[in-house]
Amino acid sequence: MCDTCGCSDSAVRITDHTHTVVMEQDILAKNDELAEHNRAHLRASDVFAINLMSSPGAGKTTLLERTIRALGVPCAVIEGDQETLLDAERIKATGAPVVQINTGAGCHLDAAMLHRALHALAPARGSTLFIENVGNLVCPALFDLGEAARVVILSVTEGPGKPVKYPHMFAATDLVLLNKVDLLPYVDFDVAEFERDVRRVNPSAALLQVSATRGDGLTDWYDWLRRPARS
Amino acid sequence: MHEMAITQSVLDAIVARLGEAPVTCVRLEIGRLSGVVPDSVRFCFDVLCAGTSLEGARLDIAEPAGRARCRDCGGEFTLDDFILLCPCGSADVSVLAGRELRIASVEVGHV
Repeated sequence: MCDTCGCSDSAVRITDHTHTVVMEQDILAKNDELAEHNRAHLRASDVFAINLMSSPGAGKTTLLERTIRALGVPCAVIEGDQETLLDAERIKATGAPVVQINTGAGCHLDAAMLHRALHALAPARGSTLFIENVGNLVCPALFDLGEAARVVILSVTEGPGKPVKYPHMFAATDLVLLNKVDLLPYVDFDVAEFERDVRRVNPSAALLQVSATRGDGLTDWYDWLRRPARS
Repeated sequence: MHEMAITQSVLDAIVARLGEAPVTCVRLEIGRLSGVVPDSVRFCFDVLCAGTSLEGARLDIAEPAGRARCRDCGGEFTLDDFILLCPCGSADVSVLAGRELRIASVEVGHV
């Protein structure tokens, strides 16, 4: 037994003045463990959970409002923002159950926050759960929440090069939604170049063009949400 | 800045394993493709360790390079960024190294 900390750890190597404890542990092990717990719970309740990520203003909440009204399956929403209940109130108006998580200074949701929100929300069996992450193209990419699928939304007003500037976010997603395509005639945005950039960091993600306000492409988005192989 | 949360996870894992034993050195592996900035972790480490059993501990960060294997030509190559492209032109590659985000070991001193 080690006389410094009293541990009986076999990985401890005692030397004269210090000892080395071999940890070989993933830094995010605790988050990932809790994410797996969330995932198992969601699967057992037949809830399809989607982690929606984008920069602020890409149109996540507008897309959700429209999707909840049109999808035809029970939906529930977890809203992540640093402050305010503004987005949760917009979702509440659609009739879907919603829980708001305010992260304060935090720039992303983590598995522990989702765990607490799931207890508060208790989404109905068979429902689709949208987890609207904090608007940020960097930090949310690293934190597994226990979702079944990840969706990144980028709007055409945000300018070119985003997939290669924020590769972690685009590399970790199952679907990329290019939103606000109704504004393409008014902005300098090359869709073909965007698709090439997505492919450079993520050869397998699905890619859809939509306008959450005008309705373009939303049927494809709803089909993606309903696809039988989604689980 | 997710490095604050990442660094807090490091401290939590060490205290969970070692209790209040005085830690003199922490060795991390932060791969070049991990999405975590070592300099930011160093900054957060000093801030978060103050007043804990890790106060004053040295922080050693190894930064393994990115490496990938091409599924088309079978070749292995170095990845400097997240552009998943083999020199043969294929984008069908699997990342072998560079995503590490691990606590390798911790040195504990005598009280």
